[in-house]
Amino acid sequence: MDKYLNKRKNLAYPYVVWSVGFTVIPLIVILRYALLDRTGAFTLSNILAIVDPVNLKALIFSLEIAGGCTLICILLAYPLVLALKRLNFGGRRSTIFILILPMWMNFILKLLAWQMILSSNGILNLVLSRMGIGSIDISNTYISIMIGVVYDYLPYMVLPLYDAVSAIDDDIIEAAEDLGAKKLTVFGRIIFPLSIPGLMSGITMVFVPSMTSFVTADILGGGKLQLVGNIIEQEFIQSMDWNMGAGLSVALMIFVLISMAFTVEKHEQSDRQEETAW
Amino acid sequence: MGNIILELRGISKSFDGKKILDDLTLDIEKNEFVTLLGPSGCGKSTLLRIIGGFVKPDSGQVFFEGQDITLLPPEKRQVHTVFQKYSLFPHMNVSDNIAFGLKLKKKPKEYINEKVRYALHLVNMDGYGDRMTTSLSGGQQQRIAIARAIVNEPKMLLLDEPLGALDLKLRHEMQRELMRIKHEVGITFVYVTHDQEEALTMSDRIVVMNQGIIQQMGTSKSIYDEPQNAFVADFIGDSNIINGIMLKDRLVLIQGIEVECVDEGFDANEPVDVVIRPEDLIIGTKGSGFTNGIVTNLIYKGAYYDISVTAGTHEWSVQSNVPAAVNSEVSLSIDPENIQIMRKPKSSDEEVIDKLG
Repeated sequence: MDKYLNKRKNLAYPYVVWSVGFTVIPLIVILRYALLDRTGAFTLSNILAIVDPVNLKALIFSLEIAGGCTLICILLAYPLVLALKRLNFGGRRSTIFILILPMWMNFILKLLAWQMILSSNGILNLVLSRMGIGSIDISNTYISIMIGVVYDYLPYMVLPLYDAVSAIDDDIIEAAEDLGAKKLTVFGRIIFPLSIPGLMSGITMVFVPSMTSFVTADILGGGKLQLVGNIIEQEFIQSMDWNMGAGLSVALMIFVLISMAFTVEKHEQSDRQEETAW
Repeated sequence: MGNIILELRGISKSFDGKKILDDLTLDIEKNEFVTLLGPSGCGKSTLLRIIGGFVKPDSGQVFFEGQDITLLPPEKRQVHTVFQKYSLFPHMNVSDNIAFGLKLKKKPKEYINEKVRYALHLVNMDGYGDRMTTSLSGGQQQRIAIARAIVNEPKMLLLDEPLGALDLKLRHEMQRELMRIKHEVGITFVYVTHDQEEALTMSDRIVVMNQGIIQQMGTSKSIYDEPQNAFVADFIGDSNIINGIMLKDRLVLIQGIEVECVDEGFDANEPVDVVIRPEDLIIGTKGSGFTNGIVTNLIYKGAYYDISVTAGTHEWSVQSNVPAAVNSEVSLSIDPENIQIMRKPKSSDEEVIDKLG
């Protein structure tokens, strides 16, 4: 049995080689750049540069985008997964299919399409003025960035949440109704708490990537609004200051790890409950 | 009539064009233990879900204490359900599960604590309040589910095959527990099961259902001793059911043999179903009974022997305290009083027995 298990472990080696080559070694390289200045001497100033007013502003803007995107995704996802739970098998499958469909399209292509839709003489304003509402100018604002990230990351919120909610037994919901709970109470006391593990995976998959999606900010923000990712990109590509770029990356990474540790800890708590639960 | 708590009037329900309940009418009395008994798909669970408010009937009305509650949602009914799969809330401990309904009603904290303690005591689970429900065994979980329903003082408790997932010994224990709890709290129980032994043990009244209609209603004894049709006879306990012809009053022809019985009032030469309980057949030496046959099978069942006797084309099922050797020739005899004669079913609804066997 032990031998068999050991053999199975060998199957992981291709991935181990891959992750050492393309994750671990690059991380070490970045860390080395971050801790050295241009002359090769040890310094913390690259990492601490995150608190420079310009960089800090970008970091805060990134947090706003990520937080807003996560919140909007949650608000869109819950009604959807609750409706999905009620649908029959066919309806559920086609809804999930439509949800996943945009994930198969190229990311840049989707952003360029959104740019066309949202631009001041784009499709959105054409439709609005035809309807007599008049045009609105949201291109190159945080609103269009927000639309871009929500569009991109919504499926990553819906799918884990859908898994969690559809795993809740109908009998449990009926039992709550039977004991006098109205629909809203059933959601607050039963469905929401039982869906927290799914919600946590959704948050980790939406919050972190939306915080750093600098290409979205580039294309839909017109280069005027900068996320932390944009600053890092500029350090590497325009200023050619790899030390500074690496330093800011490490600072961001530390920040992400801290917020993840917070979420994951909560997630594990509810997981532990699950374990005794099932 | 003042004693009636629930009236079901002409309830019909179809799913996907299949008729589940057909114009069913039933009264349930206050403090009664009524069991809805029938094979799976007979409509008993749907009827229970209609009483609980989870399913709306296509036609017909439900009255609770004289008030029409047909369209009232489940959370507003004074009726609580105990589900087969227990359906406890997995993210709450035992106390929070039991207190769920009381908390929704915003009862004071001391009152809730007192009630939870009482409910735990009632179901013999003192001291389990802080346990997570999912660390409990099936039997314990079902006790908590019962406590969770009863603590709200419903006027009627609906139980949907609550013991179906438990093993035999535990099931017997829980049957006694349920009867004790019913006795202590004094509320109406409507119990759904497909287990005839469970129904016979616990019920004040049994409602035997099949194909969406009530086949027979009555006490355990009346249903067992005097089944009104071949379906009920076959479903309640074991039975030999065989075609016969009523020659005249008190004389029936079975497989070409004239046998004395006590039934009267049939047409001359009317085809009938003859029902004989296996424990009523007596095995004797060849030639001493109404028919002779060969023992084809013998199974020891603990309290009795299950013996198959083939006579002509029919295989009789006999239960006896004494064994009979396989392949030996024996006779079968019966007390005329133990023969039940039934009219052949007129509607297709009652013909299930033909399909069964």
